[in-house]
Amino acid sequence: MARITAGVGSSHVPLLGVAVDQGKWQDDYFGPIFKGYEWTREWERREKPDVVILVYNDHASAFDANIIPTFAIGCGERYKPADEGWGPRPVPDVEGHADLAWHIAQSLILEDFDMTIINEMDVDHGLTVPLSMMFGQPEKWPCKVVPLAVNVVTYPVPSGNRCWALGEAIARAVESFPEDLNVQIWGTGGMSHQLQGPRAGLLNREWDNRFLDMLEADNDEVRHIPHIEYLRETGSEGIEMVMWLIMRGALGKKVKRLNRHYHIPCSNTAIGHIVLEPAD
Amino acid sequence: MTHDKPRQNIHEYLAEFEDIPGTRVFTAARARKGYWINQFAMSLMKSENRERFKADERAYLDEWNISEQAKQAILARDYNTLLDLGGNVYFLSKLFSTDGLPFAEAVSTMTDMTWPEYRQMMLDGGRSPEGNRSIKGGY
Repeated sequence: MARITAGVGSSHVPLLGVAVDQGKWQDDYFGPIFKGYEWTREWERREKPDVVILVYNDHASAFDANIIPTFAIGCGERYKPADEGWGPRPVPDVEGHADLAWHIAQSLILEDFDMTIINEMDVDHGLTVPLSMMFGQPEKWPCKVVPLAVNVVTYPVPSGNRCWALGEAIARAVESFPEDLNVQIWGTGGMSHQLQGPRAGLLNREWDNRFLDMLEADNDEVRHIPHIEYLRETGSEGIEMVMWLIMRGALGKKVKRLNRHYHIPCSNTAIGHIVLEPAD
Repeated sequence: MTHDKPRQNIHEYLAEFEDIPGTRVFTAARARKGYWINQFAMSLMKSENRERFKADERAYLDEWNISEQAKQAILARDYNTLLDLGGNVYFLSKLFSTDGLPFAEAVSTMTDMTWPEYRQMMLDGGRSPEGNRSIKGGY
């Protein structure tokens, strides 16, 4: 039987991908960020997940302004890194787990989550930067990936409550998959950042850390944070943090925190990550 | 599943978005208004389109169903006006990369700071949320 053994929440800032690809991760600017991920990279080497369900958002790469799926699941065999205007990142192709992905997609639809199913797409920094942060620069990614893309760009985006509930349904779907698989779920994006308008550059260390505290708590209060609070407190792009709630919802009521790190700044953004394990 | 949350009124939900200083939330109304601006920007993902645009920006823009005001804003790289006209930063970023401009530097042009000032603000911990959360509330 497949099982979700851990959850990771992590920023996916594109500049981190540039730092990896250009070998700058030890310099004065990036050093403290990558040091914060060291424990987690070592932990991933020991954990050896078979599959990661990777919750992220597409940044006008695979989807243009035409079609805007709220929740979309990649059910393909493999995905190529997207060309985001600078040429594709020099990272391995991402191998899907089509059997598990289709099983999750079908289970979610039966649970009233009307998923969009994607067979072919390129994956952008939202998906490949977390892989680089957790696994470094391997020849081939050490696990298969089920991409789960969330619309966090065009409003209304899904509520935190709905994201949490989707996470719960994903956990049930994974548990009913017959193959013995070690599955992790990652929620990516955030933390506080605003990339547009005269208020650009807003960061909120205090709020971000309160959010991390709420993820560790033995309750689900974090699912009820309204969109307007993310917008006011964490900048227009901080809303990406609702994707972390899909991860948290999949871990059950109680969790144990294994690692947590926070750093300001990376480009326009506050960098955070947290590693959690179900403790029910 | 919990259902203890009262249903959100869509009009109140959208009205609150206009109360955030210096911010254009990408609502459905903006997505409609800026549709062709964003699709134009998206077309710059293809290198042959980037080359054609760079060779003659005006001629390339004239192929699109975009208002004269928006064309002028694109030519001037006036990103705040483009946000007002329904542009979205993830789409407009295709124009940043066409220009070879780092993302943060392009973002800084939307603020009242120069790029070195903006970069220093980020190194110093970013823009504080104090006084930047609500126009009406002033907090």
